[in-house]
Amino acid sequence: MSTSDGVLVRVKDVEKVFHRGSEEIHVLSGLNLEVPKGEFLALMGPSGSGKSTLLNLMGGLDRATNGTVEIGGERIDEMSDRQLAAWRARHVGLVFQFYNLLPVLTAERNVELPLLLTPLSKAERRQHVETALTAVGLNQRSRHYPRQLSGGEQQRVGIARAIITDPTILLCDEPTGDLDRKSGDEILGLLQALNREHGKTIVMVTHDPHASARAKRTVYLDKGQLFKEKPE
Amino acid sequence: MKFLFLIWSNLKRKKLRTILTLLSVLVAFVLFSLLSALKLALAGGVVMADANRLIVRHRVSFIQPLPYAYMVRMARIPGVSAISHTTWFGGIYQDPKNQFGTFPVEPDLFLPMNPEIILPQSQKEAWLKTRTGAIVGRRLAERFKWKIGDRVPLTSPFVQSKSGGAWEFDIVGIYDGAKKTTDTSGFFFRYDYFDEARSYGTGLVGWYQVRVNDPKQAMEVAAAIDAEFANSPAETKAETEGAMFQGFAQQIGDIGTIVTAILGAVFFTILLVAGNTMAQSVRERTQELGVLKAVGFTNELVLGVVLGESLVISVLGGLAGLAFGWLVVTGLGQAGFIRQYFPLFFIPERDLIIGAVLALALGFVAGILPALQAMRLRLAEALRREG
Repeated sequence: MSTSDGVLVRVKDVEKVFHRGSEEIHVLSGLNLEVPKGEFLALMGPSGSGKSTLLNLMGGLDRATNGTVEIGGERIDEMSDRQLAAWRARHVGLVFQFYNLLPVLTAERNVELPLLLTPLSKAERRQHVETALTAVGLNQRSRHYPRQLSGGEQQRVGIARAIITDPTILLCDEPTGDLDRKSGDEILGLLQALNREHGKTIVMVTHDPHASARAKRTVYLDKGQLFKEKPE
Repeated sequence: MKFLFLIWSNLKRKKLRTILTLLSVLVAFVLFSLLSALKLALAGGVVMADANRLIVRHRVSFIQPLPYAYMVRMARIPGVSAISHTTWFGGIYQDPKNQFGTFPVEPDLFLPMNPEIILPQSQKEAWLKTRTGAIVGRRLAERFKWKIGDRVPLTSPFVQSKSGGAWEFDIVGIYDGAKKTTDTSGFFFRYDYFDEARSYGTGLVGWYQVRVNDPKQAMEVAAAIDAEFANSPAETKAETEGAMFQGFAQQIGDIGTIVTAILGAVFFTILLVAGNTMAQSVRERTQELGVLKAVGFTNELVLGVVLGESLVISVLGGLAGLAFGWLVVTGLGQAGFIRQYFPLFFIPERDLIIGAVLALALGFVAGILPALQAMRLRLAEALRREG
């Protein structure tokens, strides 16, 4: 799923304005970004620079104030809430800094969540879950609850949940931000493998230069503007 | 169905809170069951009443008798198709605590007038042949372990026999009820035996049952009967059976209104308890609801999941409460004092259905606001929020 020119994500003239009382906060101002299919892009920048906001716009979790967001040739900024939910279920895998697993569900049930929205049978869903958990090296811990897993393991479950529907794009918001270096490296290795071996397009927000070094390309965001080099 | 595990897992999140909420719903429905049975018990006569039947009694009060001779005059009134009569005897068996409904009647008038009393033909014939014969309801027979052929001595605080001793009766029949609401705790014996053997009051009866041709004309026939005996030494008051039993029940109070008011207060409280539980549950997991939306759950589906939780709590608690209430009522129904004073003591099927519908409605009303709140959560904000 990409356009004829190989561009998967096209963000054009995007503005995002938040309101705090009567105050207007311009988080993104006329931002343009293209992400080719198969890219592993790191998005860096200081806190409050709009990295997560941009990621949310690409994932259809939020709407731009102005501008267009096109993923695989589809204008997601024009979709209704219902269309957007269905589109997310089909095309987006999300990985969060704090894993965002449901504490009342086991690892396998957490991973199964996105599949509940598909017509797959229970047996088929179980098969897919097993495959995804094996891919992240956690098939032995499928019956464990999040509280029984380490941070690194929880993030692996988060990644398994993100890839279970074989999405078009993986959007990772500080995926190693809550992990120690060793666990962080393992997660980055996993993302790299998904990019290299399975051709997954990944956009990763990070503060960490060590993490961005694992990406194919890094762009910098500061005061709502995008830079190819880290601004002074 | 595939979302049930999600609903169930969320209910297990705070087990104590879920159990306490379930228990509060359960207690409300136990109360609902008990009050339903009590309402039926107190207004039982209204349920048993036949729209075709009038009760004609002395105008002053029920304890004033009417002349037997009125029967012939009433039979001539247009619209009257049959007449029977009954007298309060108040029979006591062995111990003053064992008092029950005991009535002298004329079998050939009484049985056609009360078709809800089911008696085998052979037992009817035996009753007509046996002057001291009596028929007893199944419930009463079971209570005292009586069987056909038993000789039963009864005393009465109201009517003395000429001999001054106990009245002797031979049980010749045991009747059943045509419907579940038919009272089978009665004792009926022959009026001719009673009238000849009593020490005073010969030629008098307690009240009359009058069958009318058309229930729509019941009020007109009642007025005609009262007019027939106006200005006589024993003026009458004729009314439908339903109106008479309603009058009895209302001597205690408007049972229906009292029960409705109590249940209204209880359910309103439970609604607040269950609604608060659901609202708290939604507030605590704002971020998780955001995750559901992020992976593709639509707003409506999130609403369904939260509403489902409320419905599961309410329906589980409600059905358990109805089942428990049914067991309690059935158990109480076997108790001697209940059997003695409330021949109809059970939860009517209609009330069980109303209870089940009420459980669903409670779940819906308690859950709809929190569910709407969950549905309207803005995704990006929900993911940012820490619970």
